[in-house]
Amino acid sequence: MTIKTLTLAAVTALGLGATGAMAAGDAGHIEDVDFSFEGPFGSFDTMQLQRGLQVYTEVCAGCHGLQYVPLRTLADEGGPHLPEDQVRAYAEQNFEVFDAELDDFRPARPTDHFPANTAAGAPDLSMMAKARAGFHGPYGSGLNQLFKGMGGAEYISAILTGYTGEEKEEAGTIFYENTAFPGGWISMAPPLDDDLVEYADGHSTDLHSLSEDVSAFLMWAAEPKMMARKQAGLTGVLFLVLLSALLYLTNKRIWAPVKKKAKQAAK
Amino acid sequence: MAGIPHDHYEPKTGIEKWLHSRLPIVGLMYDTLMIPTPKNLNWMWIWGIVLTFCLVLQIVTGIILAMHYTPHVDMAFASIEHIMRNVNGGHFIRYVHMNGASLFFIAVYLHIFRGLYYGSYKAPREITWIIGMLIYLLMMATGFLGYVLPWGQMSFWGATVITGLFGAIPFVGEPIQTWLLGGPAVDNATLNRFFSLHYLLPFVIAALVAVHIWAFHTTGNNNPTGVEVRRGSKAEAEKDTVPFWPYFVMKDLFALAVILAVFFAIVGFMPNYLGHPDNYIEANPLVTPAHIVPEWYYLPFYAILRAFTSEVWVVQFASFVTGGIIDAKFFGVLAMFGAILVMALAPWLDTSSVRSGKYRPMFKWWFWLLVIDFLALMWLGAMPAEEPYASFSLIASAYWFAYFLVILPLLGVIEKPQAQPETIEADFNAAMAKKAAKEAGTAQQPAE
Repeated sequence: MTIKTLTLAAVTALGLGATGAMAAGDAGHIEDVDFSFEGPFGSFDTMQLQRGLQVYTEVCAGCHGLQYVPLRTLADEGGPHLPEDQVRAYAEQNFEVFDAELDDFRPARPTDHFPANTAAGAPDLSMMAKARAGFHGPYGSGLNQLFKGMGGAEYISAILTGYTGEEKEEAGTIFYENTAFPGGWISMAPPLDDDLVEYADGHSTDLHSLSEDVSAFLMWAAEPKMMARKQAGLTGVLFLVLLSALLYLTNKRIWAPVKKKAKQAAK
Repeated sequence: MAGIPHDHYEPKTGIEKWLHSRLPIVGLMYDTLMIPTPKNLNWMWIWGIVLTFCLVLQIVTGIILAMHYTPHVDMAFASIEHIMRNVNGGHFIRYVHMNGASLFFIAVYLHIFRGLYYGSYKAPREITWIIGMLIYLLMMATGFLGYVLPWGQMSFWGATVITGLFGAIPFVGEPIQTWLLGGPAVDNATLNRFFSLHYLLPFVIAALVAVHIWAFHTTGNNNPTGVEVRRGSKAEAEKDTVPFWPYFVMKDLFALAVILAVFFAIVGFMPNYLGHPDNYIEANPLVTPAHIVPEWYYLPFYAILRAFTSEVWVVQFASFVTGGIIDAKFFGVLAMFGAILVMALAPWLDTSSVRSGKYRPMFKWWFWLLVIDFLALMWLGAMPAEEPYASFSLIASAYWFAYFLVILPLLGVIEKPQAQPETIEADFNAAMAKKAAKEAGTAQQPAE
């Protein structure tokens, strides 16, 4: 009993030590965030997605595009779930798209995508939450992702909150020190700050809340069918478990005479 | 079917006789389904059905995906997102196809290692084994071609690295690489031919699977004892076997349902776990990812490929002897394909007169060491090419070759095998008697 406990403690300590060592590497430090959409039963928080959309529109959209996300999906259930007239108004007020037929720019419609934005050389954010992983350990095995998730949203959130305030200039570009960014220096200036955005629902607008909201929104943008996927997965698992039970009983019954005969022969 | 004597299809009604004399297709199906199968097959014999299911699953989901996919460098990445966002059920079909490849490879590795442990490759099943190895090679090719299609960063750079292997062939390498790519670098021509071949190869696999099944239906299945089914008469054969239908069909379907429950959980709850995040970034020939890592199922052989650097004395020796024709890169390519070649030659490298590893006391240790070696190589393949991983990779690669080229031939000579059961029936009855005794034991316990 005691030996077992001791061994367990030793193994745990080793494991923790190892994880710490990995985190100290140049991969950058990512904190686990308890997002509402994690786990088999987790779902997007509609209000949080709407707040995240607001942060994206007022701040991120200045430099980053979302070119693979159709505007109409903002009305989707399981997503931000905005009323259709609001989506139409949102598209018209915020974005202009080039129409090949008109040979001119016109206000965006729900059938358009969010525009691409390559002005500042900033990457498109459509799949950013899937194009990054937060947790790689232990020993690069990726096993942590089994328990914490892939960590794409956490990565974004960690970048947004990971600025230390240090700056340096290299070849005419200013780099900002960031504890989450691989290598430690990022060329994006700190985009968010406490109370930079004003929420209509009175939700907290400190840096962490803003970062988590926009990270959740970007997770939705990257994986808009997540709710449908989990639902389908769960239904599949339930039916297959039932089918397994039935097939187990069938198989047992079919083999019973063969096994009975063998047992008698062995006596 | 030749081999084990059993009942054959007899057409009874007029229409059955009419058809049978013209095309004996019902007879073929009957004989295939009613094939006498050793009674004592354990749970490691379920992977064949799982693999057949995987092939059908990948072809069906793949055909649907191909209806919505655009093989063009400017549109491929966007067309995948179109599938993920706009096509009805497209996101789920794509995730099934993506993870279906992983299930396919898990099953094939378990299937291969089962064959290695129970000596399924030995006479008279060498052809089955060789065909199986060909199927495995085609699976690797198909998986690789398919991984390029989404045109993400790993697609592009994976294609660049792997086709670069052909460029390592002395003298003719570069023309071959250019011919494969359809140009000097991975580009639209490459994507188009990869799409075409990714669609073609599964059907070649399907044909080879038919030959694979034909071959082992001719020799009969191997079984955990490695003892052959008695085939002196039908009555004798029936003591060792039961017909495939319904006994093993039901057993296999049960196993398949359990495996699919786990598979659906992965697809539903963590579909990107086995993938690489970089593949959600569109291919960019100007930006090389920090680590180019292949899919998990190639990692063991990728580790062998990278293990033989120019610092290894074997490589230096080969380079010296051939006057520099075999350089480190080409040596790595040879080692990678050689690793599969030595496995394909196992029927002739294994000198033991005993088929099943169950009765080979020394073999068992070396076999399980090979399994650990394989897993170690898989881990090493994902690690950066630096110390200490490079040395580990070299040791692990050396063991892979040593197992097939040294240990298997030697063991047959020095090992003293244990007694095998006389017949499959005896083995099955003994196992059932043991089970009955155990059941009696547990039944008595509550009374104590």
